[in-house]
Amino acid sequence: MSPNFRIAVRFLLSKKRSMLMSLAGIVLGVGLFIVAQANTTGFEKLFIKTVLGANGAVRVQDKFQETLTSIQIEQEDTGRQFEFGRASGRKYRPGVEHADKVIESLYQFSNVLAASKVLRGAIDVSNNFKAEPAQLFGIEKDMHMLVSDLEEQIVFGSMLDFQRNPRGALVGLALAERMMIEPGDSILFTVGDESHRVLVSGIYETGYRDIDRERIFIDINQARRILKRPHQTSYIQVSLFDVEKADDDRYLMESVVQHIVAPWQEREKVWLQVFQAVRISAMISLSSIIFISGLGMFSTLAIIIMEKTREIAILRSIGYTRRDVTHIFIWQGFIVTVVGILMGWLTGATLTLVASRLPIRIRGIFSTDSFVVDWSIWHYVIAGLIAFIFVMTASIIPSRRAAKLEPGDVIRGTSG
Amino acid sequence: MTQTDKKPVLECKGLHRYLGDPEQRVHVLKGVDLQLFRGNTYAIVGPSGCGKSTLLYTLGLLDRQNEGTILVDGIDVSKSNEDQRTRIRNEKIGFVFQFHFLLPEFTTTENIMIPMWKRGNRKTLTMERRAHMLLQSVGLGDKTERLANRLSGGEQQRVAVARALANDPPIVLADEPTGNLDVKNSNIVFELLYQLSKRNNQAVLIVTHNPDIARRCDYILKMRDGVFTTPESAG
Ligand SMILES: Nc1ncnc2c1ncn2[C@@H]1O[C@H](COP(=O)(O)OP(=O)(O)O)[C@@H](O)[C@H]1O
Ligand SMILES: [Mg+2]
Repeated sequence: MSPNFRIAVRFLLSKKRSMLMSLAGIVLGVGLFIVAQANTTGFEKLFIKTVLGANGAVRVQDKFQETLTSIQIEQEDTGRQFEFGRASGRKYRPGVEHADKVIESLYQFSNVLAASKVLRGAIDVSNNFKAEPAQLFGIEKDMHMLVSDLEEQIVFGSMLDFQRNPRGALVGLALAERMMIEPGDSILFTVGDESHRVLVSGIYETGYRDIDRERIFIDINQARRILKRPHQTSYIQVSLFDVEKADDDRYLMESVVQHIVAPWQEREKVWLQVFQAVRISAMISLSSIIFISGLGMFSTLAIIIMEKTREIAILRSIGYTRRDVTHIFIWQGFIVTVVGILMGWLTGATLTLVASRLPIRIRGIFSTDSFVVDWSIWHYVIAGLIAFIFVMTASIIPSRRAAKLEPGDVIRGTSG
Repeated sequence: MTQTDKKPVLECKGLHRYLGDPEQRVHVLKGVDLQLFRGNTYAIVGPSGCGKSTLLYTLGLLDRQNEGTILVDGIDVSKSNEDQRTRIRNEKIGFVFQFHFLLPEFTTTENIMIPMWKRGNRKTLTMERRAHMLLQSVGLGDKTERLANRLSGGEQQRVAVARALANDPPIVLADEPTGNLDVKNSNIVFELLYQLSKRNNQAVLIVTHNPDIARRCDYILKMRDGVFTTPESAG
């Protein structure tokens, strides 16, 4: 054990109360920082999981053509095709063309896990209780399970029934509650002046209210018949092995499949930014607790140094250098910082565990019945780093001042 | 015993020291010459304010002279840097001041070990044994584990004497070491310094106002207004 460290420990213990105050500040700051990050990222991740589970990592929609080539095609081909959105030198046509070919090229990407066709259209749904507008989603029953979490989201009824029954439908919980629909009921879809009767196989809940209030899933071929859009595909829903890469993959995908590729990061930009803002503001406000404990450490050390001028003077006269004196006080800051960080980590982990058991019912953009937490080593690393930088900086400043003390001046002042 | 056939352990020549602000600085030391030899005890006496403490701090490398040279063990340390001076203080000079300057958080043994820790030339166990031996020799062999602030004033000053001897320095500088003590304790502390210097062959320089103590030293140096008024002479 170095003599400086030994002396530091004794000085520290002689100032227990003010050191404990600084320590408590660090522990509290680090602990709350961690639990806040665990919660904000926990909810953010649940939101992302909900979004991915409902809409997939990537959505391939609307065919586009570069404007230059499309002008030539217009001259040769007189076929009337609907065109819109002449932005940035491109023309867009809604929906996916040659969906099977597009899917084939999508599978060339090693990150693509599965791709499934979806046809979407507006309908009115009614039973003998009520009529409501709804969105009909025609899906490939087997493939869709690979690009969504629909299977896990069934809350009433059965998936098996849905898969076996060609006329089976899945209704969102919010819509079902409003219309008092139960599994086994038959409901009526109306498009234009035609009506079709289908059977409710099950009720699902994603937790995302906009979805649960309007989406009804049905086999894609049934949907094409009901909506009178044979062979059409509105978009292709794609799941990825590594969802984080969705944003990186998109440009290459777009140029290969010549359709708009919408990754989840872009589709949910607004909500993701909200989560980020909450996370950062929690980070800033809790860093300020750590900052204040840094100030506490600063004043504690400054007071110790003022009270210990005699001790510093004698240490200097019996052979301790200015550097030794600085180290003696920096060690004190270091010990409090490290103990504070370790205890803060423990506090953070405990609070996170407690929070994860707190009941809270949230529906709207996701569904949960308790606080959601995310366990990440990074929260601990960042909290530790912030505490280390703040408190050590606060310790170094008075410690360097202690070294400036002239032993002769102090000793002269003590004799008559 | 003649001094000239031995090398002085501490020597200064033409020492000048000014103190205070540049505008109204005080010429405190006005060309002090001094030679100290091992095994001798020296008393500096003189009126308050004549520069005794200033001389002691300067000789002890706690303060820097404006002019003149200081030699420790024959080596000129006048121009040494801070770290070298600090190291010389640790190895060659023991200090006793009017105030004991013990660290209250440490035991008597530890207080004596603090200079040894810094020097680091002994094993911890040897340091501890040496500290106990020193405490024994200042009559505190039964208070080795006592915290420094749990001792009487006389006892504290005796620990300070033991601490000054921790690294067995050839030079001991004492600035009014008995100034805060009653007659009985003054005598004990002085006798310790005197006897130990003989036993350890050290040069001991004591600043004192106590004529009794001055008389018992081997030499008395009278100081007035920043210079010695008498040549070094036997007391
Ligand atoms: N910091 C200082 N500034 C100006 N003068 C000082 C300072 N310190 C000491 N002095 C003066 O230097 C002289 C010598 O002081 P000192 O060495 O303490 O005397 P002594 O120990 O003999 O009583 C005194 O006149 C004192 O007033
Ligand atoms: Mg004095």
